[in-house]
Amino acid sequence: MSKKKTSNVSIKRRSFLTNSVKASVIGATAAGFPHIWMKQGNVFAANNEIRVGVLFSLTGGLAIIEESLHKATIMAIEEINAAGGVNGMKLKAIEADPASDPATFAAKARTLVLKEKCVTVFGSYTSASRKAVLPVFEKRNNLYFYPTLYEGRECSKNVIYTGAVPNQQQDDFIPYLVKTYGKRWSLIGSNYIYPKEENNYCKILLKKLGCEVLMEEYVPLGHSEFSSVVNKFKNDKPDVIFSTVVGDSVVALHKQYRAAGLNPDKMPMASLTTSENEVAAMGGDAAAGHLTSAPYFMVHQSAENEKFVSSYKKRWGSDKVTHFVSEPAYFGVYIFKQALEKIGAGDINPTSIMEACKGQELIAPQGKIKIDPDNLHTYLWPKIGICKSDGQFDIIQKTDNWLKPLPYAAYPDQTCTEKGLVNA
Amino acid sequence: MDFFVSQFISGLSMTSILLMISLGLAIIYGTTGVINMAHGEFVMIGAYTSWFLQTKLGMGLIASIVPIFLITALMGFLIERLIIRHLYNRLLDTILATWGIGVLLQQFIRLTVGSELKYLKIPNFMAESMTLLGQEVSIYRVFIFLFAVAIFFIAWFIIFKTSFGIRLRAVTQNKDMASCFGINSGVVYSSTFAFGTGIAAVAGAFVAPLKSISPDMGTNYIIDAFMVVVLGGVESLIGTAASSLIIGQSSSFLASFSNDTLAKALVLVLIIIILRIKPQGLFTKRIRS
Repeated sequence: MSKKKTSNVSIKRRSFLTNSVKASVIGATAAGFPHIWMKQGNVFAANNEIRVGVLFSLTGGLAIIEESLHKATIMAIEEINAAGGVNGMKLKAIEADPASDPATFAAKARTLVLKEKCVTVFGSYTSASRKAVLPVFEKRNNLYFYPTLYEGRECSKNVIYTGAVPNQQQDDFIPYLVKTYGKRWSLIGSNYIYPKEENNYCKILLKKLGCEVLMEEYVPLGHSEFSSVVNKFKNDKPDVIFSTVVGDSVVALHKQYRAAGLNPDKMPMASLTTSENEVAAMGGDAAAGHLTSAPYFMVHQSAENEKFVSSYKKRWGSDKVTHFVSEPAYFGVYIFKQALEKIGAGDINPTSIMEACKGQELIAPQGKIKIDPDNLHTYLWPKIGICKSDGQFDIIQKTDNWLKPLPYAAYPDQTCTEKGLVNA
Repeated sequence: MDFFVSQFISGLSMTSILLMISLGLAIIYGTTGVINMAHGEFVMIGAYTSWFLQTKLGMGLIASIVPIFLITALMGFLIERLIIRHLYNRLLDTILATWGIGVLLQQFIRLTVGSELKYLKIPNFMAESMTLLGQEVSIYRVFIFLFAVAIFFIAWFIIFKTSFGIRLRAVTQNKDMASCFGINSGVVYSSTFAFGTGIAAVAGAFVAPLKSISPDMGTNYIIDAFMVVVLGGVESLIGTAASSLIIGQSSSFLASFSNDTLAKALVLVLIIIILRIKPQGLFTKRIRS
């Protein structure tokens, strides 16, 4: 024990010495350059392993969904290691449980970056937790992989966004719904930023198509009593109900819609947030006939998806489902791996990885995807699915080509570029 | 008019759910004076027991009412015997202890069953809707309403018409005096706790098919339950029913004129105003000084 301690100290002292020498050399040539930056090159690939953080809630309310993201991420890391790692080095997952609380997200992110010396962290489901950790990654110039579809309107150079933004979910979806079902719409969402931004973009599209918005309402997060909302549907008889209700509220909404005897063939709920995960909890009966737009469905047919689904079930249990957030969580790790391979023997640090991620392509379960070099979001393959009573979706429409991510689609005078946000 | 009727029916449905959820809390608090912070978790355990009986043993919802009540009542009994018993008349300690029990129960479910949402089916013959007062109404909601009324009357009957009820009311009024008359207050307390737990769990089992099941579902219910109990007056069954009706109907009508977010806030304002005028709640008896 004591021996170990001394050796630790000496290593620390030695690395401290080298670092301070380096720092002073750098300091002489480029005054004011933060010396922590130099230290990173050594630290991030020490002991022949690359430390990455995995920051998903395993306790608290968000564990419902984040557990599946955790599992997908861990599985990808295990697969990469089993196949020999990256450039001869293994990935080491440092797991942290932020317990569904944004402040804890920030604290754990800080630990992962500063104390655990993770070169990159994979994490977050909600926008609230992403916003909470953002300062940590921007201040330390570290890198974060965010897998969730979200509202866009963000242009960080320290985040790789592998989920969809509004234009990728809505550009095909809204016209399809208007054509198939009609022009009278009701919008229902949970009361926070994501549904409001999605509805913002939806209303722009609806206006272009000459549609009428009968109702736009937001219920509190975690809300589970939808009888008043359902009464309004009965009263207004909209052609389409556009739903951005999230979490367990989705389950309650669908069940109560069905129990009230409404008919999804005439008045379907079109959702951006109802995945196989939620469908499993509401039951196929309540979900059947409603539509979802997403880049990934579990039934999507491709060799990559077959492998993804079967390994996921094998690793975590045959009753488990994959969905449109766990898939980006999974392929995000492979993007990271490819970026490391591109760097090769070069200096491994968050910035070099971020640079190497730009334009990186790979064949994900959903199809061939690419990281946009300007805004660090991902080119994806939007699909429209209609739910069946067995709890799986029928894919009724696919894009012919991948769709470029436009995080500022609803704000035409702003663009996210390589240099950052540009106001026109 | 149609809209008014449908909102009124929604209001009644919300009332019945609130009544079922809060009845157990009201009975436990009214009798033992314990503010049971684990009440929401008892509701959650009921939902999970029902889920377990349905998916693992293939039992229907109706058939599982009695087993759910017995299993959870036993759990409540043990919790009272092992923990709560030692903390009577120590208000803050009971709050802390029951809150801790709630956390334990949540984590227990997370570790054994997992934290993803679970699916509980509405029995087939109740999955459709029926016409009531010219409105399409979910049969299941009507069923919950009838069931809540039934539970309410069973509780009322037990408390006011049985010899156990007499002992219970005696202990509630004055524990020491009741003990002097040979009533075993320990038994009364633990059976009341068991009964309250059982009712909360059955409520959870019945509400869950309409909503969703997750380890932290209790947190939402406990807030509603406390609002009902505080508004109604803590020792009154009638008060619990009346305040369920007030909160249910006002939530329903406020939501129809505005939206659910605003309705929730306005209902809280309403409760604060009523408590300002009647600090003990709507129905109070002058007992237990």
